[in-house]
Amino acid sequence: MTTRTHAASAGDPLERSADRAFRLPVPALLGSLALLLLACLLSATQGAAGLPVGGVIRSLLDAVPLIEVDRTLSSQHEAVLWQIRLPRTVLAALVGASLAVAGAGYQGVFRNPLADPYLLGVSAGAGLGAVLALGFGLNLALGPVAALPMAAFVGALLAVTGSVLVARGSFRNPATLLLAGVAMAALFSAAQTFALQRLDQTRAREVLSWLFGRLAADGWHPVLLLLPYVLVAGLVLLLHARHLDVLRLGDDEARALGLKPARSRLLVVTAATLITAAAVSVSGLIAFVGLVTPHIVRVLVGHSYRAIVPLSAVVGGGFLALVDIGARTLTAPAELPVGVITAFVGAPFFCVILWRRRHDA
Amino acid sequence: MSSPTTRSPAVLRARDVQVAFGGVQVLAGVDLDLHRGEWLGLIGPNGSGKSTFLRSLVGLVPSTGQVHLGDGSVPGPRDVSLMPQSPELPPGMTVVEYVLLGRTAHLGWLERESPADRRIAVDALHRLGMGGFADRTLRGLSGGETQRVVIARALTQQAPVLLLDEPTSALDPGHQVEVLELVDDLRHRDGLTVVAAMHDLGIASRYADRLLLLERGAPVALGTPHEVLQDSLLSQVYGWPLHVHHLDGHLVVVPAPRAPRHTGAVSATEHCTPPGRRGSPTHHPLDPDRTQEVS
Repeated sequence: MTTRTHAASAGDPLERSADRAFRLPVPALLGSLALLLLACLLSATQGAAGLPVGGVIRSLLDAVPLIEVDRTLSSQHEAVLWQIRLPRTVLAALVGASLAVAGAGYQGVFRNPLADPYLLGVSAGAGLGAVLALGFGLNLALGPVAALPMAAFVGALLAVTGSVLVARGSFRNPATLLLAGVAMAALFSAAQTFALQRLDQTRAREVLSWLFGRLAADGWHPVLLLLPYVLVAGLVLLLHARHLDVLRLGDDEARALGLKPARSRLLVVTAATLITAAAVSVSGLIAFVGLVTPHIVRVLVGHSYRAIVPLSAVVGGGFLALVDIGARTLTAPAELPVGVITAFVGAPFFCVILWRRRHDA
Repeated sequence: MSSPTTRSPAVLRARDVQVAFGGVQVLAGVDLDLHRGEWLGLIGPNGSGKSTFLRSLVGLVPSTGQVHLGDGSVPGPRDVSLMPQSPELPPGMTVVEYVLLGRTAHLGWLERESPADRRIAVDALHRLGMGGFADRTLRGLSGGETQRVVIARALTQQAPVLLLDEPTSALDPGHQVEVLELVDDLRHRDGLTVVAAMHDLGIASRYADRLLLLERGAPVALGTPHEVLQDSLLSQVYGWPLHVHHLDGHLVVVPAPRAPRHTGAVSATEHCTPPGRRGSPTHHPLDPDRTQEVS
């Protein structure tokens, strides 16, 4: 028998392993934060008017309280930086972070590696709500929540509820939940198309271009609209990452260990749906960020959601900031919808995941 | 046979526990008093309700009747831990993470593991000789190692009652005994109360103070292994002639050989109920009053 071993002593390898378990992977977090900053800096300098990197850095540093640096950008460049580039860059990072943590939340709560706001039909539901709000003046505004995000949230909630109900609790089976999501997405997209048909042409084109996934150059307004949702829902997701780790054991074992799976699931799904709806209402439908990011993060930091959720926010933000550079420059002076690029990147990635899953089984 | 069971008060009482799935009764009124430090073996054929009974004790299946702790309160995950029959092994999860999840019941809604929680997990791994496996992933472990890790998680839960659902059915005989010896050590050292559903009747009788025999959801016998393991009773419940042998103080249950095909000899089966004729009046499976309480 090998049961008798020495008593645990401070500093032994097991103790260190136990201390590391479920901890935030600080080096990976700092590394990806640095990459996020780099991506944002790059995004701020690239575009129709190239801005000098040095000048941008000086200008940014000078804006930090208590730091004073001589600004070297022309007043015109200053205006481009602060009124156009930076708001857009920050918006891209926020939307990317939102979709990525929502994806991580859905994947955890449904124990399904293919769950994603887009594939679950959540984005389509939010899109329908937003089309009704934008095109038809549907006004569900409630307290401080404006009409657009509220309509998107209601649509998104309907879609995710529909997907889960259609999958009838067997949401662990990736195929079942995915097919339910496909059905919901088809239904809500059809409703969208129907609604768009009722609009006059110019209005329809406007709404349609938004629907494709477009990061608006609207100054700081969309950033301010999105920020509170990101903070609140993001915090809820971060705080429940521990529950997601318990749920990896399945509902029965989680319950036997003392978790209430239904309550945790409801909270996480609501938060993920809220953050998705907020992102959709400022940027339209951007596919695959929520699917791809958590998978990349898993390769970096392993499978604990306490690492995946925060890291997904940072990596997703950096990813969309980079993709947005491409959206602005690849076909300049014309602009590509950012959702088109994420789909170009994400669809093959999705195929790789499917292919690898088949070989694992 | 003197066991610790007769002296100490009950740590867990089950009264008339019944479970029905879609109108079909799968557990028909089980009464049981469990005592501190006792090992109760749960035996019976497939589908007799062993797993269902264990799962009803931790509230995983909706049941009627009452389950109480010694002080009259309803047991929760801090009082009863369950080692499932086929535990979920999430991809990429490490051994130490898995064991730490045993602290879930001791954490508040938004609380995280304290250093004390981590120490409890470390101790459990040390006690099961799995100290060197902390950073290994679950799916890289052998069957015996996996069982130890699952037991370590149950210990980390620090519940005085430990339920084991077929803890060793996937293991070879050597590892079976090794795992059960471990649990037996823990029971003697910590006064754990163990309820183990087991298929191997010989092994069950070796560790259990008492055996509870279930047939189609109903208790048909409760008593010491010597009292419960009787040829006629087992043959009837299992639907195949079984012989109980005494070997160096241990009980061994051996199925009778099948009658040779061409000679027509029926010696092995002539004094037993043949398969398919179960539920004779002597032991009515659905009538709890007929349970043989022998202790």
